[in-house]
Amino acid sequence: MSTQDKVIAIIAEQAVLEPSDVTLESTLEDLGIDSLGLVESIFAIEEEFDISIPFNANEPEKSDFDISNVAAIVAGIDRLMAEKA
Amino acid sequence: MKRVVITGAGTINALGHSVAETMVSMREGRCGIGELQFRDVDRLAIKIGGQVRDFEAEGRFNRQQMVLYDRFTQFTLFAAEEALKQSGLEFNGELAAKSGVVLGTAGGGVSTWDDNYRSVYEDGKNRVHPFVVPKLMNNAAASHLSMEYNLKGPSFTVSTACASSNHAMAQAFQMVRSGMAPAMVTGGSESMLCFGGVKAWEGLRVMSKDACRPFSANRNGMVQGEGAGIFVFEEYEHARARGAEILCEVIGFAMSSDAADIVMPSKQGAARAISGALRDAQVNPQEVGYINAHGTGTAANDKTECAAVADVFGPHADNLMISSTKSMHGHLIGGTGAVELLACIMALRDGVIAPTIGYEEPDPECALDVVPNEAREAKVEVALSNAFAFGGLNAVLALRRV
Repeated sequence: MSTQDKVIAIIAEQAVLEPSDVTLESTLEDLGIDSLGLVESIFAIEEEFDISIPFNANEPEKSDFDISNVAAIVAGIDRLMAEKA
Repeated sequence: MKRVVITGAGTINALGHSVAETMVSMREGRCGIGELQFRDVDRLAIKIGGQVRDFEAEGRFNRQQMVLYDRFTQFTLFAAEEALKQSGLEFNGELAAKSGVVLGTAGGGVSTWDDNYRSVYEDGKNRVHPFVVPKLMNNAAASHLSMEYNLKGPSFTVSTACASSNHAMAQAFQMVRSGMAPAMVTGGSESMLCFGGVKAWEGLRVMSKDACRPFSANRNGMVQGEGAGIFVFEEYEHARARGAEILCEVIGFAMSSDAADIVMPSKQGAARAISGALRDAQVNPQEVGYINAHGTGTAANDKTECAAVADVFGPHADNLMISSTKSMHGHLIGGTGAVELLACIMALRDGVIAPTIGYEEPDPECALDVVPNEAREAKVEVALSNAFAFGGLNAVLALRRV
């Protein structure tokens, strides 16, 4: 599975949706994922890709990791994976 | 109904090893938060906390006691000694039979769990010390305190996360007010500053890596603390008859449940607890001069709490002072309301309002007088102490100057 497919699978599970309902343009808010669901999604992504995502729930907009939509999350993961390699 | 007064107070926390030291630190706006020091701290993302320094338990407690006292029990007994000594009460006969101890803690013996899990999981040992269970149980501190001071009345431990101490003190208050007990020892204790204790909190991603700045627009989360606050609640006539020094009066309390979310706070739940405490105490909102805020420094708490205060007090919200001393001693979780009650006592008895330190930028969503950075002198007749726990459980105490 590609990074994109894995992220969509994680987010779909969190949102209790089918992966086909999640697009690259979807925002977590659109999908009905609340702040607790967001923290859980980030944890699941960290576990899946073995990376650390800088994210503080108190200031999500200031975190050095864009969560504005699924595409941004995928890009952020690719960047962290590249830095790790 | 009986009147209830506080005739003894004791503490240990990151600001001091006594009430006097803690109050001096609060007056000076000193920060007790610093780099954490314990095993494996390098594996944590969060490396700061309000840790108690220079506490030599080995010198205070003997070997038999050390195998039974987790750090949260050690803090409890240390603080209780100061409180009981100040009160001058000795528990014998009927007084002993009727008086008890109600304490709050969220985690109980967290470092005992942590040490022994490490031993069996990481070190592969198949045997633990026989007293692991009595050492880690949440009621260990209350039980040892009852044994130490011969308290044979109603005794138990309350665990409601960050509101544990306020719920515990509310129970003690209720018992003295109803005439069930002439005196109660109460308060709370917490000691979660160990690898597992901080790692668990890290997971929620609500912790700050640099400082606790409640109500400041640039706040970025909470910082954990540790320690204990212990008080003697006594029936007013009983205290007066023996000429005891009265620190302040406890005049009311209220509890509420948000029944909404396991971690997100609710303005309505908080407001119901605050207004309920005022009703229970039979005071007008205009009489309240100071509120010790729950003020965790998280985005979620601070704006919800300020909105709740604005709702309950209306225009008077702009006249009263509200500060969060967590900026100095950190968040003692189940012990926090107990240590924070000291700021209320200082306001009522000494006329000194503890500041919210680390305050850098005004937040329009927290537009109250948060006593930024410097303590202030002011005469206060009535003070409130807020605690709003995970799980949506709220407890607010009301106190009056005597």
